[in-house]
Amino acid sequence: MPIDKFVTLESTYYPLPIENVDTDQIIPARFLKATTKEGFGDNLFADWRYNSDGTPKADFVLNKPEYTGSVLVAGKNFGSGSSREHAAWAVHGFGFKVVVSSFFADIFKNNSLNNGVLPVVISEGFLADLFAAGADNKVVVNLEEQTITNTANGKTESFEINSYKKNCLLNGFDDIDYLISVKDEIETYENGRA
Amino acid sequence: MAGKTLFDKIWDMHEVKTIEDGPSVLYIDRHLVHEVTSPQAFAGLKDRGIKVFRPQNTFATPDHNIPTINQHLPIADEVSRFQVDTLTKNCEENNVTLFGLGHPKNGVVHVVGPENGITQPGMTIVCGDSHTSTHGAFGSIAFGIGTSEVEMVLSTQCIMQPRPKTMKINIEGELEEGVTAKDLVLYVISKLTTGGGTGYFVEFAGSAIRNLSMEGRMTVCNMSIEMGARGGLIAPDEKTIEYVKGREYAPQGADWDTAVAKWKELYTDADAVFDKEYNFAAADIEPMITYGTNPGMGIGITQNIPALETVEESSQTTYLKSLEYMGYAPGEAMIGKKIDWVFVGSCTNGRIEDIRAFANAVKGKKKAEGVTAWIVPGSHQVEDQAIAEGLKDILEEAGFELRQPGCSACLAMNDDKVPAGKYSVSTSNRNFEGRQGPGARTLLASPLTAAACAVTGVITDPRTL
Repeated sequence: MPIDKFVTLESTYYPLPIENVDTDQIIPARFLKATTKEGFGDNLFADWRYNSDGTPKADFVLNKPEYTGSVLVAGKNFGSGSSREHAAWAVHGFGFKVVVSSFFADIFKNNSLNNGVLPVVISEGFLADLFAAGADNKVVVNLEEQTITNTANGKTESFEINSYKKNCLLNGFDDIDYLISVKDEIETYENGRA
Repeated sequence: MAGKTLFDKIWDMHEVKTIEDGPSVLYIDRHLVHEVTSPQAFAGLKDRGIKVFRPQNTFATPDHNIPTINQHLPIADEVSRFQVDTLTKNCEENNVTLFGLGHPKNGVVHVVGPENGITQPGMTIVCGDSHTSTHGAFGSIAFGIGTSEVEMVLSTQCIMQPRPKTMKINIEGELEEGVTAKDLVLYVISKLTTGGGTGYFVEFAGSAIRNLSMEGRMTVCNMSIEMGARGGLIAPDEKTIEYVKGREYAPQGADWDTAVAKWKELYTDADAVFDKEYNFAAADIEPMITYGTNPGMGIGITQNIPALETVEESSQTTYLKSLEYMGYAPGEAMIGKKIDWVFVGSCTNGRIEDIRAFANAVKGKKKAEGVTAWIVPGSHQVEDQAIAEGLKDILEEAGFELRQPGCSACLAMNDDKVPAGKYSVSTSNRNFEGRQGPGARTLLASPLTAAACAVTGVITDPRTL
């Protein structure tokens, strides 16, 4: 399945200033019974977002009407815990194209990239400034240049991404297509170790 | 040139190719599959019109989403049943070995792999489950992957993976009586925090690790993901070889001798350099318990919950949110706090030694009134052995029920959910908010501590039982 091509993004964002947000919070296990990738966005952060009767919790950021956009800004160590890709599907399904934090868990980072969601690692200071700004503030994420800008104060930081993954995101390429294209080399490897 | 770490040796043997400033194409020896993280991957193969590339290297078992009672009946929850049936259908269509519900080899995927000899030293092993790190106990590179990666392995037996950095965690000395592998790993995580291992693959070493049984080593490697590490591994030794020998999928005859000769080369060279090293003393470790909502929030059972001032200022809001969820206050003692639930099981502590330790500790005692206890074996083989050893009888005499195998209340995907607000002493691996059911409060501990709490109804030091 080809992923969406990533283009430069200017967007308001949802701030979630909580550290160590684990994948059980992003998508609780009871929602993992599906056999397709659709519909997970509705249950993103389900236990923080809804009361037990299913009504929205007014004080949770995703339910506050003043917050909009396709960027999630979260506290450090976002996505720790389970390897469930359902977490990335939920983030993507809600409409996020970028997640910004000062630190990400490894598996979540890989899963996000495989779904065309860009994890952007920034400094603690840059993160604190984003949390401090108002709901109308925007970030500009330029993947080609590997930069993120806080429009409130004009500060820009560079972020890391390996050139292979960057190329995949910019062009909507998919790892599985790549692996299938090198199957001959995989078979040669297998024959070499037998 | 400096020597190589064990991790580097295994990784290098499995690299099909590397992409400049990108990931490696890594060949996978064993792909373990369960019902929750595989259906979308099999669907992806179908969309591409391809079948599983190397079905003989792929083994499946349903575990996350199955009931732990009445397994002979159809699964009552329709959605769960459909997911389990989908796994069966996908395995049939692709010629993948399946240990389905009711099969004598069914169980938690990370218990099933080792006990059938599917897990072997020097292998690369993946599964769409973060606790795949368990298999590192055999000196293999084993790690959890997402569903897109499951699809990669199903379709090409390879994965695209950036090479992690290496870390060595050395633990020397002897563990005190009543202190287990679980306490050891909870202690290490409490020192490193849940992000301390992120970006690294860990080798556990030192006399305290060597002295652990294979099952204890599995408990340690299982939880390496809880410090953020990609995985953890332990160099194979005689204990490892002895454990693997004779198991159904282990090499046999002349192949066995060849395999053992190769496995004996699996160690970190004396002059190898790790990117990071930690040293701990086994004597400093006491029985551990967690008080918060991530596995790094653990303390020795006799200690108090850390005061707010000891927490970094920027993390204090998160810290207080976590304690509020738990219904605890900074500075409080853990000993003597009331508990409602006990769960013994999971890929962390659901093996025979764990059931044995719990049963021996409660032998001749009675489950405390008001405590609900679920004792869930990690597999049918564990269940059968527990019955054969008379452990089931001991448990029943003490008021405990041995259930049927599955992941159960570790992640509460099935009906085994702890009610909101209740305190559950659990031998599993995660104390995240809602992990054992919406609103449930989890205290991670060893099977011995779980036993001490189960018979007293309050948090109890197992050394005083």
